[in-house]
Amino acid sequence: MDMVAKSLGEENNTGGIHPLKFTLWLIIISIIMMFAAFTSAYLVRRAEGNWLEFDLPNIMLISTVIIALSSVTMQLAHNAAANDNIAKLRLMLYLTFGLGIMFLIAQWNGWSELVGNNVYFGGVTSNPSGSFLYVLTGVHGFHLVTGLIYLAIVIVSSLRYKVHSKNMLRIQLCTIYWHFLGGLWLYLYLFLRLNH
Amino acid sequence: MSSTDISINKDVHHAHEEHDHHHDQNFFEKYIFSQDHKVIAKQFLFGGIFWGFVGGFLSVIFRLQLGWPEATFAFLEPIFGGWIVNGKLDPEFYLALVTMHGTIMVFFVLTAGLSGTFSNFLIPLQIGARDMASGFMNMLSFWIFFLASIIMFWSLFLSTGPAGGGWTVYPPLSALPQAISGSGMGMTMWLVSMALFIVSQLLGGVNYITTVINLRTKGMSMTKLPLTIWAFFLTAILGLLSFPVLFSAALLLIFDRSFGTSFYLSDIYIAGEALANTGGSAILFQHLFWFLGHPEVYIVILPTFGIVSEVIATNSRKPIFGYRAMIGSMLGISLLSFVVWAHHMFVTGMNPFLGSVFMFLTLIIAVPSAVKVFNWLATLWRGNIRFTAAMMFAIAFVSLFISGGLTGIILGNSALDIQLHDTYFVIAHFHLVMGAAAFFGMFCGIYHWFPKMFGRMMDEKLGFVHFWLTFLSAYLVFMPMHYIGIAGFPRRYYSWTGFDAFNTFTDLNSFISIAAILGFTAQLIFLFNFIYSIFKGRRATANPWHSNTLEWTTPVNPGHGNWPGEIPTVYRWPYDYSKPGAPEDYIPQNVPFSQTQSSNLPYERDLE
Ligand code: HEM
Ligand SMILES: [Cu+2]
Repeated sequence: MDMVAKSLGEENNTGGIHPLKFTLWLIIISIIMMFAAFTSAYLVRRAEGNWLEFDLPNIMLISTVIIALSSVTMQLAHNAAANDNIAKLRLMLYLTFGLGIMFLIAQWNGWSELVGNNVYFGGVTSNPSGSFLYVLTGVHGFHLVTGLIYLAIVIVSSLRYKVHSKNMLRIQLCTIYWHFLGGLWLYLYLFLRLNH
Repeated sequence: MSSTDISINKDVHHAHEEHDHHHDQNFFEKYIFSQDHKVIAKQFLFGGIFWGFVGGFLSVIFRLQLGWPEATFAFLEPIFGGWIVNGKLDPEFYLALVTMHGTIMVFFVLTAGLSGTFSNFLIPLQIGARDMASGFMNMLSFWIFFLASIIMFWSLFLSTGPAGGGWTVYPPLSALPQAISGSGMGMTMWLVSMALFIVSQLLGGVNYITTVINLRTKGMSMTKLPLTIWAFFLTAILGLLSFPVLFSAALLLIFDRSFGTSFYLSDIYIAGEALANTGGSAILFQHLFWFLGHPEVYIVILPTFGIVSEVIATNSRKPIFGYRAMIGSMLGISLLSFVVWAHHMFVTGMNPFLGSVFMFLTLIIAVPSAVKVFNWLATLWRGNIRFTAAMMFAIAFVSLFISGGLTGIILGNSALDIQLHDTYFVIAHFHLVMGAAAFFGMFCGIYHWFPKMFGRMMDEKLGFVHFWLTFLSAYLVFMPMHYIGIAGFPRRYYSWTGFDAFNTFTDLNSFISIAAILGFTAQLIFLFNFIYSIFKGRRATANPWHSNTLEWTTPVNPGHGNWPGEIPTVYRWPYDYSKPGAPEDYIPQNVPFSQTQSSNLPYERDLE
């Protein structure tokens, strides 16, 4: 799959940044706009009253810690690749992947906790305050799955010795995206904490 | 993902490049799943033209109903079957017609068809790049658009009809399948199609921005860019920031429809029955929708700003007046377009103080808009004007933009809007300033760049006939609508003969409908000219309009990679027309100052 046109790296690159990296930043901006829409809708809607107050699942604090840790291991993987430490690179990638899965499981348990407290996504007894929580975590979770898929691609290429100090683009993109997903969750968590 | 391996080793890359120029592509690679920006541009163009005719046809049908409310249309039965009952249009079908007309025109023709065609075609050619940053994403963008198109088109044939809640799909109407048949399956398919459409626009837009930032040829600084590129660039940024918001809004609507949430629903009685939904807010949807919706109208019009600037400068044989002011005003408009959305919501019970804030911001948009109009007129002023078909459309664009823009200032006053909201005055406003103007800009672009797209010229005489008929009917259709709009004639009403106040407008409505049919028929002339010229048109030269921008330095039929040899270097801005002292009345961007000593200005001597 030749994702980049043949023109690249050729005569010109006026941006001083790899076009794919630039593209990734643009995609990140569009995701940010999506969540900006959700969170401002949340605030506007909340201000109008008839808003069910409930406690955030405690496990979400744990998922926050997990995803923060995964950002650390992702960064370590990146640095290991830069230093051509292939064994450490793989270890860190596996760890990141594992932590990513754990995060999703923790979020899932968070949802079960909500259901246990009679906070539902839809249905007759649901209130937008609960539905919003499901939407925010669900859409974030969806993006985390895309991050995991990309991470899997990087793992496969590291097994083929294609990730090293002279071939950093893949893991750089992955690291940027992963940190973004972590940062996004941190923002959502703080947002929810402050607005509960 | 061979890219990453390539980018670290440029020698390998060059070998690959050479190889590619001689590589014979099969039919599929070349015309169907092509990654070449020129082919993708044409795919979008054909798609846009197809949708344009569908959207236009739907409008003719509902104009029949509005123009002759007492008549029966039994002759339509073979086409619409159950939607025509005893020769009368089904009222819900009428709503579906206006909804689909709006959706198709705004999104599928004037967003995808317009940006998709001209951004794809012109960005690499005018900035001096071999292709888009990612040909693969570009191809994906078209095919996702294609999929969205199929779903939308399919929904036209559902037995319950396509979506019927207006192109703005306001809930609760759109959220409750039991409300009207147009909120059932048709609405579901509308949402799915639009979700895909948004993904397609984002893929395209991300590519346009990356390409403009990263792949400009040597010497092509941002202040040497043709105004077309600035316009496409800003359009893509607007899309990148606003389409995800529509996506969020649509997602919540989908949840409300299919998963029992209540984001937009509260305290609703339908068919005498109370719904369980509590706590939702329908106004919330309007805020989210118009946060996209208003930038969207500029996504439609900005590309044509660029196209028209380019065509007017070329055919006036004069530098564009106020190049930097043109860029500045486009930046200003783009910025402001994000802070005016609530002018669509003045009558929703919004806090009047908030209304006056939005009124103030809205009226400020008139300033950069006026700057642009002034600059176009000043460029035409005492120019050596060549009246090509493209130029006619460009000048008419300015006229339509002025006429429609003026009524925007009236609507922008929150007090006046109480009377005018949801009347034909609004319809007249946005059809002149957006509908007609953007179509004129699109025609202008097609007539002007046709030679580069297909290597042949379109017929100018047919072009003039097309132009005059379209221009006349545009004004004949929309001018009277102001009048009935001020009288309070509401939009989206299937039948108005029950209201004594409006019966006096029967003749006027028939008149509008006749003009609309005339306008639609005129497009067949265009279609004929377009198709005929692709195969049989007069052969074009490499630079038929004596234009300065880089696309005209390519061969008549540019191949894969655009320039057979090296990419040209840029030395000057794109508007050196009729420069005093120069032997010709144009100096292309790739001519160095050392070759134009007779015409160089004092400060340019240093660059020789
Ligand atoms: C001087 C600049 C403009 C001003 C002050 C202005 C103001 C307004 C206002 C206040 C409305 C809402 C009317 C109502 O619903 O009661 C409106 C509607 C609209 N305007 Fe403009 N406008 C301007 C330029 C434009 C441009 C350049 C476009 C498109 C290219 C545009 C497209 C539209 C559309 C599509 C609607 C109606 C949407 C709908 O309700 O279906 N306007 N305008
Ligand atoms: Cu607006």
